[in-house]
Amino acid sequence: MRYGEIGFDLEVDLSRGSIDRVDTDPNDTKLYLGGLGTNAKIMWDRVPPETEPFSEDNLLIFSTGLLCGTAAPGCNRTIVTTISPQTKLVAYSMMGGFWAPELKYAGYDKLIIRGKSEDLVYLWISNDKVEIRDASHLKGMGATETSEAIRKELDDPDIQVAAIGLAGENRVFYASIEQGRSSASRGGIGAVMGDKGLKAVAVRGTKDINIADPAKYMELCNDVLKYIKWREDHPIKGVPPILQGLGSPQEMAIVDEEWHTTNFTWGNSRTRRKDFWTHEIEQKWKETQENVRTRLISCHNCPMKCGATISVPGLPTYMMKCYSKLTYTMAAYSDLDFGFKIAQKATEYGLDGFSAPQAMAFGLELLEAGILTKDDFPGMPDDNEGRFFWLIEKIVRREGIGDYLADGTYWAARRIGKGAEKYDHNTIKKHEQLPLKLGMLNPVYYLMYSTGEKINITQIEGQFPQEPFATRELREEFVKDWIQVPDEKFKKYYVDWEPRGEMSNPYYPTVEASCEIVDWMEKMHYIDDSLGMCAGLSSFPLKPPYHIHNYPDFITAATGIKMDKDELWQAATRTRTLMRALNVRRGMRRADDKPPEDHWRKRFPDLEKQLLDQYYKLKGFNDQGIPTKESLVQLELGYVAEEFEEKGIYVNG
Amino acid sequence: MAKVKKIVKSITIDADKCNGCKACEVICSSWHATPRYSSNNPARSRIRIVRLPLKDIYLPVYAGEYTEAECTGRDKYIIDGKEYNECDFCRASCPSRALFHEPDSGLPLKCDMCEETPALEKPKCVEWCLAEALIYVEKEEEVEENEQPKLGDVEIGIGAMIDKYGLQQVLDTVARMAKP
Ligand code: SF4
Ligand code: SF4
Ligand code: SF4
Ligand code: SF4
Repeated sequence: MRYGEIGFDLEVDLSRGSIDRVDTDPNDTKLYLGGLGTNAKIMWDRVPPETEPFSEDNLLIFSTGLLCGTAAPGCNRTIVTTISPQTKLVAYSMMGGFWAPELKYAGYDKLIIRGKSEDLVYLWISNDKVEIRDASHLKGMGATETSEAIRKELDDPDIQVAAIGLAGENRVFYASIEQGRSSASRGGIGAVMGDKGLKAVAVRGTKDINIADPAKYMELCNDVLKYIKWREDHPIKGVPPILQGLGSPQEMAIVDEEWHTTNFTWGNSRTRRKDFWTHEIEQKWKETQENVRTRLISCHNCPMKCGATISVPGLPTYMMKCYSKLTYTMAAYSDLDFGFKIAQKATEYGLDGFSAPQAMAFGLELLEAGILTKDDFPGMPDDNEGRFFWLIEKIVRREGIGDYLADGTYWAARRIGKGAEKYDHNTIKKHEQLPLKLGMLNPVYYLMYSTGEKINITQIEGQFPQEPFATRELREEFVKDWIQVPDEKFKKYYVDWEPRGEMSNPYYPTVEASCEIVDWMEKMHYIDDSLGMCAGLSSFPLKPPYHIHNYPDFITAATGIKMDKDELWQAATRTRTLMRALNVRRGMRRADDKPPEDHWRKRFPDLEKQLLDQYYKLKGFNDQGIPTKESLVQLELGYVAEEFEEKGIYVNG
Repeated sequence: MAKVKKIVKSITIDADKCNGCKACEVICSSWHATPRYSSNNPARSRIRIVRLPLKDIYLPVYAGEYTEAECTGRDKYIIDGKEYNECDFCRASCPSRALFHEPDSGLPLKCDMCEETPALEKPKCVEWCLAEALIYVEKEEEVEENEQPKLGDVEIGIGAMIDKYGLQQVLDTVARMAKP
């Protein structure tokens, strides 16, 4: 018997209509843990680098994590991996909610989709019974609507459904996969699902997940719950309210949006409105939010309630989490009421809340600049909000200008030409980023933006504060109960870091320290993504309940696989390196590792070069960002080095 | 009949506070696994959440008595504009539904308030519900002495098997299984 994990994957080939239950190699669990780690291994073995995103050979993997569905609080992530139509690199996007635990209760660690169905279908997994079912009646339906329709059709409200909306069906490059209160949004994985002709995956499971060392495991879980309670009562002072506690940023509970609205940029990531947040706005937004928010809701086995049910009068009810209430609001220079209204549509259509609003604001900028003309927007209303509502319809149907914008700002700009490229100013590796433009370069963030394989800052940052507290005393106070650090030196890095002067950005933290800090932060994300843990309880917030010191015990107690801190660190390094190798094999190089040109006003080319050099060195990459043979062999990834040599990747760069 | 003092345990369910996390289902099924905590599976939990997020229905329900036949209750309740089925509120392990039956054997499940010696400070589901939707209440009450010993899990289970398959078939099966 396998513990923690199930030991079986479900393989579905939509071209052939075949369904297989396949047992997995326990040795892969030791090396790659599960979730993203084993997804990466499968992508390496089975998706050759020439594979186009929209081809039968591209895999779409829905994975649970190694500890998903066990009693570990908050361990519920579904990790979806495929080749992104937008970046052409490996995309991995996560969603919370209830889907992954349900798949595990049904008896599978992963669902691996290959091929394409000619007609729209959905998959129905009920323990051992798996069916590919006709979905023609669901065509064009919203994602939430689809889920409800399937639950009704199969007559069980406890079925968990992951579905795409119109955006996915029409292969919008930033289409999401929606699942009730959660979504896997980044990288256009919903478009791949649509390309495969797969409208939804419905799951219901009623089997056990077994634990190797039950008493120990429960003790660890209880400690985590206790710590969560303690952290609830001990918010971290001195950081913005949404960053003080645990969980995803508490956007649904908290109304104070001063930090986002005055620090992040509006429009096509252009304008900072430092005076935006006033008492009147606060009152108005509070009223808006409290009027539409029915209830705060959690993911599977988690007390944090980061999501909410939203009922805007006159619109169907939907669920929301995190920051999407503001992305449309700010892109359109509008207000929160508009944000909640358009997000309802965006959720049903299944769109990424980062990319979609930016693509729309980008289109309108081109109109203003005269690169596009009124004729490109036939029938578009004049008011701000109306224009966004008009654009969203065009994009999800790929009609007219919508067909261009549906590819995201990078590809749209190249296709439109006439200088439009200049307006694509907020992408990394062709992927839209957080709307954020700042003054002084921060060396740690420079590295994370440049090198993150997820191409999304929130999926790499987290453990180390974004800024130093004002005084040394405050910083000393902060590090006192900082048990999460992997090494005491990180406390010193933080205490010595000053807001101004010699010991401040960009030269402090030093190059070496910056690399180590990034290394720690990204490792924690890789561990979470392999275990299926919500970043909101681990790699994202300050002082989380899960960390490098208790994770090895969790893994050992759950699975029976002996694991200590160094071995876990090594496993995370292995997965991080394999993800890099996958993208290197698809052509990614040093030149791609860079932040948006205008992310910081003050840039330091020499320092930036040193930072990247040192980061590569620490990671065991050569100066092109390619993992060296030596480091690959040391990580038991010799097969990667062999292929690199065969393909001449080291020689030709 | 003689009156005796007895601690009556109950749980106050504040459904307005439930966030639908199912932590109670996870911990209940884990607590009742043999060996304890060796597995978990919400389908075996003795508390279940009727969870319909789009209708804002979150209703924790505890497993109660096993019943041989479904009742006639088919009424609807509307509370605060939300429509519930009569069965939603019902604790019965009833043949009309999969709820509160072991998923493989179909044997009935019943909440035992985590009965344990020494007694737990509070039941597991209450302890794990950080939202405080489940509140444990102990009251001392005078009750009539119960002369009928309470049926244990095994007896209830066998009773259900007898209802399903008939006494003779159960006896035959037990006899067959008892053979070395
Ligand atoms: S912390 Fe929030 S987002 Fe994460 S699992 Fe819990 S409720 Fe979900
Ligand atoms: S643990 Fe509490 S909040 Fe969570 S589902 Fe159960 S009753 Fe509701
Ligand atoms: S579940 Fe309860 S209410 Fe429903 S039919 Fe059975 S006994 Fe009656
Ligand atoms: S009181 Fe104990 S047995 Fe009853 S539902 Fe709660 S955890 Fe389960």
